[in-house]
Amino acid sequence: MKKGYFGDFGGQFIPELLMPPLLELEEAMKTILPSEEFQTRFTQMLKENVGRPSTLTYCPRISEQLGLDLWLKREDLNHSGAHKINNTLGQGLLAKMMGKEVLLAETGAGMHGVATTVAAAMLGMKAVIYMGATDVVRQAPNVNRMRLMGAEIIAVESGTKTLKDAINEALRRWLADQENTHYCFGTAAGPYPFPDLVREFQQIISKEARQQFMDRNDGKLPDTVVACVGGGSNAIGMFHHFVPDESVKIVGVEAAGTGEPGCDDSAPLDHGSDGVLHGMKTKLLQTEEGQILPSHSVAPGLDYPGVGPEHAHLQAIGRVDYTTINDAQAINAFKMLSQQEGIIPALESSHAVAYAIEHKEELQGKSVLVCLSGRGDKDLGILDEIL
Amino acid sequence: MNPMQTKIEEANKQGKAGLIPFLPAGFPTRDQFWKELEQLDAAGASVIEIGMPFSDPVADGPVVEKASLKCLDDGINLQWIFDGLKERKGQFNAAILLMGYLNPVYQYGLDEFAADCEAAGVSGLIIADMPIEEAGFVKEAIEPHGVALVPLVGLNTPKERMKLYAENASGFCYFVSVLGTTGQRESLPTRIKAKLTEAKEVFDIPIALGFGIKHPDQLTEFDGLLDAAVFGSALITHIEDGKSSAEFMEPWK
Ligand SMILES: Cc1ncc(COP(=O)(O)O)c(C=O)c1O
Repeated sequence: MKKGYFGDFGGQFIPELLMPPLLELEEAMKTILPSEEFQTRFTQMLKENVGRPSTLTYCPRISEQLGLDLWLKREDLNHSGAHKINNTLGQGLLAKMMGKEVLLAETGAGMHGVATTVAAAMLGMKAVIYMGATDVVRQAPNVNRMRLMGAEIIAVESGTKTLKDAINEALRRWLADQENTHYCFGTAAGPYPFPDLVREFQQIISKEARQQFMDRNDGKLPDTVVACVGGGSNAIGMFHHFVPDESVKIVGVEAAGTGEPGCDDSAPLDHGSDGVLHGMKTKLLQTEEGQILPSHSVAPGLDYPGVGPEHAHLQAIGRVDYTTINDAQAINAFKMLSQQEGIIPALESSHAVAYAIEHKEELQGKSVLVCLSGRGDKDLGILDEIL
Repeated sequence: MNPMQTKIEEANKQGKAGLIPFLPAGFPTRDQFWKELEQLDAAGASVIEIGMPFSDPVADGPVVEKASLKCLDDGINLQWIFDGLKERKGQFNAAILLMGYLNPVYQYGLDEFAADCEAAGVSGLIIADMPIEEAGFVKEAIEPHGVALVPLVGLNTPKERMKLYAENASGFCYFVSVLGTTGQRESLPTRIKAKLTEAKEVFDIPIALGFGIKHPDQLTEFDGLLDAAVFGSALITHIEDGKSSAEFMEPWK
C-alpha cells in the first residue's frame, strides 16, 4: 500500500507550502511518539487528567425494553466531556516536545475546541480555535468554556459557516504560522499523517472496551459494535481492535439530517462519491462538477461533507457497515437515554444509540456495544428549541 | 519548449520581466471576463492564468476566494472555460495557464480534461492542493497533451524538494513569495532573496514570483533573480473598483 493510503483513500493533497510541517510531524511520529518520555507522560495524563480507563456501562432498562443487551463505552465521562481529549492531549504533548508554542484547531460541536484548549492550558501553550459562525451560536456553552480557559476563538463567516469552513480557515492559518504552531487536527481525517496519528490516540477506546466487555461477559465478544461518524475519530477508535474479530459486526452511523428526500445530510459514506478535500482522497458530498455540497445535522459535530479515509476503505472492503440516522431519531435516542438511564448523551453520540433503537428487531437477543462519544450538556440549547 | 517558457523568455530578451496576470474564470462577469483577457493580452501579458473556481480554495486569501465563489454562483464550470477558450483559440498572444484545485479536475475526468486543455490551447496547469508526492497521475495524463504541470515552491521548500520538482518540470516555476495565502501584502519577506537564489540554481526554467504582489516597484530588489511576476488579488481589486485591466497593466510595461 502506498504511504499514507488506506487502499485507494488517503494521501496528502495539500499545498506544497504545507508539506514541510507535515513531514516534520511525520518525523515526530516516528521519533518522539514511541519514546519512553512521551509514552510515560501521555499514559500519566490519560490516567490522572482524563480519567482513563473510562467505564463500560450496561443499560438495564433500555436493554429490557428493546430486547437486547445495550452496553456503552463511556467517553462522555472523560474530562472535558468527549473522546476528543484523548487526541488533543496526545497531539498537544507531541507538539510541545517538538518545540511548538501554539495549538491551532478547528471545531464543529466545540468539543474538540474545548479539548484542545484544555491541552494547551495543561501544557502551557496557546490555543487558537476556528469555529463556523453558525456553530458558535449553536454551541454557545462550549464557546464560553473555551474563552474561560484562555483560547482565542475565531468565528468563520465564509462558505457554509460550519466545520468544513473552519477547517479551510485553520489550514490557511497554519500555512502562515507553521513555525511555532501545531495544527491539532480534530478527527481521523485530513492529510497523512493525521488519520494515522488521530487513530493512534483514539484506539485506546476499543483497546479498553474490548477487554472490559470480555471481562464482563465470560470472555465473549460483543455481537455488534456501533459508533457515530462525523470525521470518524471516535468511530475509528472504537472499531480498531474489533476489526480483526470476524464475528463482530461493526456499524458506523452517519447523520441523515432531517431525512427528507433531497435534504442536506452529513453522510458521505452513504450518499457521497470519491473525491479530494482537506488533504485527502475520500468519500465526499459533492456536485457532479466536484464542488463541495453543504451538509447538515442537528449534531454540529457530525456536520461535515467528508469523512476520514480509513472509513472509506473499511467500507470499500466490506468490513464495516455504514448507515444513517436522522435528526428526529437521534433526538428520540437522546431523550430515551436521558430518561431511562440518567445519561444525557451528546447529539452526535445519540445517532449511535439510535441505531440500536431503530434496529431492535434484527438485534433481538444480541449484545450491542455503543461508543458514547460525548455528553450532551452542550446541546441543551439546541434541544430547548426543539423539545 | 512549452509556450509559457517561450513567452516569458521573449519578455526577458526585451529586458523585461514576464507578466502573468491571474483572473478567476467568469470574473467580473461572464461577458466581461473575455474582454479583460483581451486587454491583458494586448497589454503584453506573457501568460494568462485563469482560475477554475472551487468551493473550498484553501490556498487563497479573501479577495480571490470571494471572486471565485461569485463565479461559482454564476454557474462557471470547466466546460464553460473550455468552450470559451476553444472559441478564441489562436487569438491570444499570451500562453494560457489554468489554476485550481484537484477535485473539480478529478471529477471532470483527467483524460478528458487533458484532451480539452489541448483542444482549447491551454499550455499549463497549477493544482494548488497537490504536492509532488501526489502529482504523478496528473502529470501522466496531461503531459502527452502538451500541458505542463507548473511546480509551486516557497520560502519553506528545502533545496532537496526543489530538486524533486525541478527534475522534470517544464513551463516555469512558480515561487510563492509569502508563507500564506494569495493576497496583497504591503511588503514582501526579506528572506525571498536567498531562497530565490537557491531556486535559480535548481531550476533551468524561468522563475515567476507570485502571491502578494501589488506593484512593479516591489520587484526591483529581485532584479536578476526572477523572470516573471504573477499578480491576482491586486488586479481583481482594481477591476472591482471599476477600472480596466489595460490601465492596471500600464506601470508594468
Ligand atoms: C461528542 C462527539 N461525538 C462525535 C463527534 C464526531 O466526530 P468524530 O467522528 O471525529 O468522532 C464529535 C465531533 O465534534 C463530538 O463532539
